[in-house]
Amino acid sequence: MLRPLHPVQPGTRTVLGIAFFVLFVGFWAWITLGGHVNRIFLADPLSMLKDGWRLLVEDRFWLDILITIWRVFGGFVLASIVAVPIGIAMGAWKPVEAFLEPFVSFARYLPASAFIPLLILWAGIGEFEKLLVIFVGSVFQIILIVAVKVGATRRDLVEAAYTLGATDNGIVKRVIMPANAPEIAETLRLVLGWAWTYVIVAELIGSSSGIGYMIINSQSRLATGQIIFGIIVIGLIGLLSDFAFKALNRWLFPWSLA
Amino acid sequence: MSKLLIEGVSRIFAGVGGGQPVRALQPVDLAVAANDFITILGPSGCGKSTLLRIVAGLEAPSTGRVLLDGKAVTRPGPDRGMVFQSYTLFPWLTVAENIGFGLREQGKPERERNEIVASYVDLVGLKGFENHWPKQLSGGMQQRTAIARALANDPEILLLDEPFGALDNQTRGLMQELLLGIWERRKKTVLFVTHDIEEAIFMASRVIVMSARPGRIKSDVPVDLPHPRHYTLKTSPEFSALKAQLTEDIRIEAMRTAQTQSA
Repeated sequence: MLRPLHPVQPGTRTVLGIAFFVLFVGFWAWITLGGHVNRIFLADPLSMLKDGWRLLVEDRFWLDILITIWRVFGGFVLASIVAVPIGIAMGAWKPVEAFLEPFVSFARYLPASAFIPLLILWAGIGEFEKLLVIFVGSVFQIILIVAVKVGATRRDLVEAAYTLGATDNGIVKRVIMPANAPEIAETLRLVLGWAWTYVIVAELIGSSSGIGYMIINSQSRLATGQIIFGIIVIGLIGLLSDFAFKALNRWLFPWSLA
Repeated sequence: MSKLLIEGVSRIFAGVGGGQPVRALQPVDLAVAANDFITILGPSGCGKSTLLRIVAGLEAPSTGRVLLDGKAVTRPGPDRGMVFQSYTLFPWLTVAENIGFGLREQGKPERERNEIVASYVDLVGLKGFENHWPKQLSGGMQQRTAIARALANDPEILLLDEPFGALDNQTRGLMQELLLGIWERRKKTVLFVTHDIEEAIFMASRVIVMSARPGRIKSDVPVDLPHPRHYTLKTSPEFSALKAQLTEDIRIEAMRTAQTQSA
């Protein structure tokens, strides 16, 4: 019946994927509407939707959503601009790697959230501080993954390019970079997902706007419906940006799929 | 004067983890005349690929030197075109862009480049596939593109490292005829490494047989079969006689390899 590694039909795949969501929400509705848990701790799906609607219409929650999106992308783009060239340089030139790799490996384990008090001291509680949290959380990860991918460039392609007369410079620009472009884009897609977790942490502390602020604000009022709505919004935006990123990669690198 | 001169070239690999250094290649001397088609025949692991990579400049010899047109080889360059056994087309470039890669690296203007590329697309019979990605091509087509890519630079010598080793038998036969046809028309100095005896005889004007590791030249067999060669040549008595002789030579070496490995 279930054969290992046997592919599943596209139609069945969609049905199965949706089925789990239905089960999940069904279970949630059963324990909340059925009175199995105290509603102070967990709102039911219907009042969550009601709370969400009120948030959007009355409290102008969409402004918070926009500001959070801006923070994620702002910090993420900053981190990418700095990290991708450094990662490529580390992967391509081994002395650069020897120089930076130990530090970056160490810095990668510094939790971005622990930097928030320091960043607030340095940059205040404005937008720049929020961007910096995302930046600190993403930049070392991107550097390291890009360096590893670039370091693993197919040697036979590099050798072929040399026998065709490429210079060292040409190897970096016209072999190493295009060869790894899809992998780098894929890395960015992955790290963008992590950036979403950093932004909420940044907004939980010293913030007066954004999805994270709304969530911490709702906690003091025991508005669990709003909290869950906020979490679901983050999930949906994450999913959408992931789809968009995937589509962009497919469009940019048709050769890597074909 | 010889086109290519290999003088006392040997290669020793450093021992792994403090082990004994491994001698892959005993000192080899070889002179290659211009426009000669030389095949280097030997059992797996005899160092024939190492020798070719040293000529390409991808590896440095432990002793000796390689001279091309009297100039010492120190690093890879466009005067020595190379076709590898693995598929090494740049996957992000189309067939035409792959063939034009070397010309671009040398800063040839686009119009001239396009003309040269078109002529080589034609030469290897890939018209209509110029804009395909390598992934969309069969193995034989990929190697045809790789040959065109190496030739488009108009190198002084063409180096091929078991270029048809990964292809099925039928495709391999067709590729041999294609490459030989190009050589018969265009004349080029070629160094072709293979472990396939039939391929070595069919392609070559001279077969260099190498011994088991550590490799050295065991025999140097001229092939005086007439050109243009047709695949039916492979069943002629002259061909069979050469094949019998080389099979015996290689068999002894293959057995020696097997013995050293089991010991």
